[in-house]
Amino acid sequence: MARQKGISMGVALAIVIIVIGSVLFHLFSPWWWTPIATNWGFMDDMISLTFWITGIVYVVILLFVAYCVYKFQYREGRVAAYEPENTKLEIWLTVLTSVGVVALLAPGLFVWFQFVNVPEEATEVEVVGQQWFWSFRLPGADGKLGTADNRLISEDNILGINPNDPYGQDDIIIDGNDLHLAAGQPVKMLLRSVDVLHNFYVPEFRAKMDMVPGMITYFWMEPTRVGTYDVLCAELCGVGHGYMGGTVLIDTVEDYDLWISEQTTFAEMTTNTGIEFTNLVEDP
Amino acid sequence: MVETENTSPPSVPPAEVEEVELYHATSFWTKYVFSQDAKIIAIQYSGVAIAIGFVALVLSSLIRLQLGFPEMFDFITPETYYQFVTMHGMIMVVYLLTALFLGGFGNYLIPLMIGARDMSFPYVNMLSFWIYFLAVLVLVGSFFVPGGPTGAGWTLYPPQAILSGTPGGKGLGIILMLVSLALFIVGFTMGGLNYVVTVLQGRTRGMTMMRLPLTVWGIFTATVLALLAFPALLVATVMMLFDRLLETSFFMPSLVEFGDQLSYGGGSPILFQHLFWFFGHPEVYIVALPAFGIVSDLISTHARKNIFGYRMMVWAIVGIGALSFIVWAHHMYVSGMHPYFGFFFATTTLIIAVPTALKVYNWILTLWNGNIHLNTPMLFSLGFIVTFLNGGLTGLFLGNVIVDIPLSDTMFVVAHFHMVMGVAPILVVFGAIYHWFPKISGRMLHEGLGKIHFWVTFVGSYLIFFPMHYIGLVGVPRRYPELGDAAFIPDSVATLNSFISLAAFTVGVAQILFLYNVFWSLRKGRPSGSNPWRATTLEWQTPHTPPAHGNFGPELPLVYRWPYDYSVPGAAEDFLAQNDPGSLDSGSST
Repeated sequence: MARQKGISMGVALAIVIIVIGSVLFHLFSPWWWTPIATNWGFMDDMISLTFWITGIVYVVILLFVAYCVYKFQYREGRVAAYEPENTKLEIWLTVLTSVGVVALLAPGLFVWFQFVNVPEEATEVEVVGQQWFWSFRLPGADGKLGTADNRLISEDNILGINPNDPYGQDDIIIDGNDLHLAAGQPVKMLLRSVDVLHNFYVPEFRAKMDMVPGMITYFWMEPTRVGTYDVLCAELCGVGHGYMGGTVLIDTVEDYDLWISEQTTFAEMTTNTGIEFTNLVEDP
Repeated sequence: MVETENTSPPSVPPAEVEEVELYHATSFWTKYVFSQDAKIIAIQYSGVAIAIGFVALVLSSLIRLQLGFPEMFDFITPETYYQFVTMHGMIMVVYLLTALFLGGFGNYLIPLMIGARDMSFPYVNMLSFWIYFLAVLVLVGSFFVPGGPTGAGWTLYPPQAILSGTPGGKGLGIILMLVSLALFIVGFTMGGLNYVVTVLQGRTRGMTMMRLPLTVWGIFTATVLALLAFPALLVATVMMLFDRLLETSFFMPSLVEFGDQLSYGGGSPILFQHLFWFFGHPEVYIVALPAFGIVSDLISTHARKNIFGYRMMVWAIVGIGALSFIVWAHHMYVSGMHPYFGFFFATTTLIIAVPTALKVYNWILTLWNGNIHLNTPMLFSLGFIVTFLNGGLTGLFLGNVIVDIPLSDTMFVVAHFHMVMGVAPILVVFGAIYHWFPKISGRMLHEGLGKIHFWVTFVGSYLIFFPMHYIGLVGVPRRYPELGDAAFIPDSVATLNSFISLAAFTVGVAQILFLYNVFWSLRKGRPSGSNPWRATTLEWQTPHTPPAHGNFGPELPLVYRWPYDYSVPGAAEDFLAQNDPGSLDSGSST
């Protein structure tokens, strides 16, 4: 009997240690998210809210289990209760759980609505991924990106920009170099892939999205904190996936204007602007 | 006290059909190799699944060698790393867990628990196993072809899965993977139809659907899910095979590979993701529902108390199963699909949390006022509650679309799904083996070894996957063979990675203890008798242990009550078997 009691005490204690250990690990862990560099602080808030709600549920339920294990350990002669159902309790638990779920879902969908609705003043920036590096394109003076297609890609036209699209001529191409963004200026990141799936991932931005060949995907954000950030690929894209690094800088507006004045346009890069679009699509 | 199933009068309906003559094997080959007896098939399925599972365990150790101690082992290159990761995932999800729960536990337990002599279609049942075995052989074969197995990740996302930048993409690796999956699905469909028909048609007299043990409900519902979900994967594998071999373009848009224009055009990579996850999400519940059912029975039996809220548990299983078909795109929040899908799939995903939470409440309320035996099956059940609760709660992060955006494709996801559909179901598998081994072998597994096995496995797994969430919170992406030199990753992450690897090796080695226990107990274990746990369900009431061919002797058992009549007030024993007519004043007075 004493041994039985010792065992149940031990198991209950183990569960309590797991609860306390997990909470302490959470509170004192040096491993936490990076300081945010965009307007998506809401996402951090939502993670915190979810930690609170789920954390409380976790602690309460496990402590209840530990108590049961300790209190209702096997004893010769004890008879377990016989209670197949308790409708009232089950309804209460359903309602409480539903309230918790709504408390997470409602603010979550509210922020999602902001995330999917791009503000009018956002300027376009294109990111192109390929095995295993990044290129970028900015709209130039006219504020519009020219159309592009993977079938137009050639040695002279690495991003497949449509040479017959007037909007494309002043587009700024950044190949093998860092992307700069201006703090305080909302951007719509247009994402394109040349070959396989990639994902333009900068942890400090919070927002990310896959790049899919044949499609243009997007997300928007407003850079807020000046600095230099690492770009990683977050969608498995072959053996080089773990090494597909890049750099993006968030500049003050002055620095940004200076930087952009030094970039080359598509028209300047192409030696022969008279490439016939039709020829290229006939024989890709 | 409310009215429940145990109130049924002690009578059973008359037989509707005559018993069908059972086939009888005569030779060694037809008895033990090409056997049509579900119990033998169950052991064949389980043996192959556990064997291939150990391959996956070794692969996971190789993954942890690389992550914990990068650049120390020359044979682990990015190529081999991705091959290990891919094969580990695919084996664990499909070839171990699905095969073991449905082909293993399903075959052994369904006929015995519902009071049938065998599955409805024994010959098809046999075929099911052998096709599964063939699928495993093809899978293993892919390790030995030039270029090795595919390294496309277990999700096999095109276009990379069939291109040269991915290991096995241009060789035989991806082809064998797809062929093996197609074979698995064919084999499973034969078994699955069998399980469903047997549960619907093979129940003994008195065994109503609402008197089925939750184990059978879990396996039955999971099988229905699998029959509806696997076809989506089958068409996806066939279409990808065409893309790879015939250069069709189901999933392939026009693209440029390392400067070369390929001849593909017009296909959609996202179409594959929809097909894959239309299978892939129900797959999570194909693994989880049998675990839910089994753990319910383990907790009830070893706490000597009726499962709390049986009808709620049944409807939760069915409800979760149905909902699992309309949540698949929560795996695709960052895929580039139309962003408005996010509203729908986040809502359905969080709704599924309600029935799932109710199941957790009912397990722990079953413990309340119980008389809890802390034996190995109960310990594994408690371990399941801890890890499943943990993984279920982190699911509320990833299911809520806006929270998923920063966390998706990080190690947080890896930690989450390992906790919820790796560790939790496997703890149930172990609990179930400790529970039913006496019925299968007639001998008990060694309790002391079992407890050591439990504590090392449970605490070790928690130490692996709990801290891993925080690596993901830092922002470390998944599927990276090394951390690289990104400035946001502090050096301490590498230290934590080494710690996690050491925990993983410990857990891996502890599984040898389990194997030793099984083989030792088969010959030297304490004889168990027919019903060592004093359990109510029919498999414990067989005249022979292990059950003989035909399971129940000359007369099939008649069922008078639900499976959870433990500690019924006024009853002489603390359990009333389902086939115990009892007396009118015991167990039927509530």
